[in-house]
Amino acid sequence: MAFDYDKWIRPGKLPHIWCPGCGHGIVMKGLIRALETLKLEKNNTAVVSGIGCASRLPGYIDCCTLHTAHGRAAAFATGVKMAKPEMNVILVGGDGDGTAIGGNHFIHACRRNIDMTYIIMNNYIYGMTGGQFSPATPTGHKASTTPYGNPDPCFDIAKLAIGAGATFVARGTAFHANQIDKLIVEAIQHKGFSVVEILDDCPTTYGRRNKYKSVIEMMNRLKEVAVPVKAAEKMTAEQLQGKILTGVLYKDETKPEYTAEYAKVIERAKASK
Amino acid sequence: MEKTLPKIEIIEKYCKGCHICVEFCPKQVLEMQGFVVGVKNLEACIKCMQCELRCPDFAIRVITE
Repeated sequence: MAFDYDKWIRPGKLPHIWCPGCGHGIVMKGLIRALETLKLEKNNTAVVSGIGCASRLPGYIDCCTLHTAHGRAAAFATGVKMAKPEMNVILVGGDGDGTAIGGNHFIHACRRNIDMTYIIMNNYIYGMTGGQFSPATPTGHKASTTPYGNPDPCFDIAKLAIGAGATFVARGTAFHANQIDKLIVEAIQHKGFSVVEILDDCPTTYGRRNKYKSVIEMMNRLKEVAVPVKAAEKMTAEQLQGKILTGVLYKDETKPEYTAEYAKVIERAKASK
Repeated sequence: MEKTLPKIEIIEKYCKGCHICVEFCPKQVLEMQGFVVGVKNLEACIKCMQCELRCPDFAIRVITE
């Protein structure tokens, strides 16, 4: 039977604003399937975003949603989680919103290990504002502000999250659509800060500047570069050249979770009176 | 046993004509009909749901029994 996405979509909001072939729609479907798999309640689920193409997503999802200032999704979401620790808080955003303008909030949310799930849709560019290069734009690739090639080295968002202290880090791609919901389910179930990076395609502002003739070519590239973590164990360093690992990259269940630790602080403060 | 065919429902209002479903269908069931997608060969459909899974625009539903 066809999956019923309508249950989680605000009536009358479709068709969405994303360009033809944009992978954000595929990620949104994955998120909806994950929410349905976990049987989350709409009143007990908050989807928080900043600004950008990917951050338009909460506008379409029918649950508690917050569309906040640019890059500040993690800050607002931390507020939601601290006020209502029982709530499932999910952040969505793009690579520019999450790692450049909101880079500071992102690493500190990772450091605190607060129980939230951050879905970063990495399309390698600032799509909405006209294709400026982001920290995730690969070196040498073109953007509207780097017409002769980007000289900057790029961020590996998953490694950044692991380094900053996130306790669950996974990576998927928009091509491997049936993996997205499984990764998000695992991320939401994990107690602690979980980051799911989804490699995405932006045919309008990234693809056409970087000699991708079509959406299909961009999707095929994602298919070619992605290597599951288990398959990568059997491959040599040469074979892994230029490949990107997908699947659950890091999981640590020993680190204390922030809201639980804060509750202890409240207890201590009450006891000392 | 007779093969039961699914019903492929296309919401033309939502389709933006990105070709993803047409290209990644393993049995070439779909084709572009002008700016939107249409069903070319329903008989070949194996109900793998790849089109429904990958459509970024919520425009395809594969309804099986």
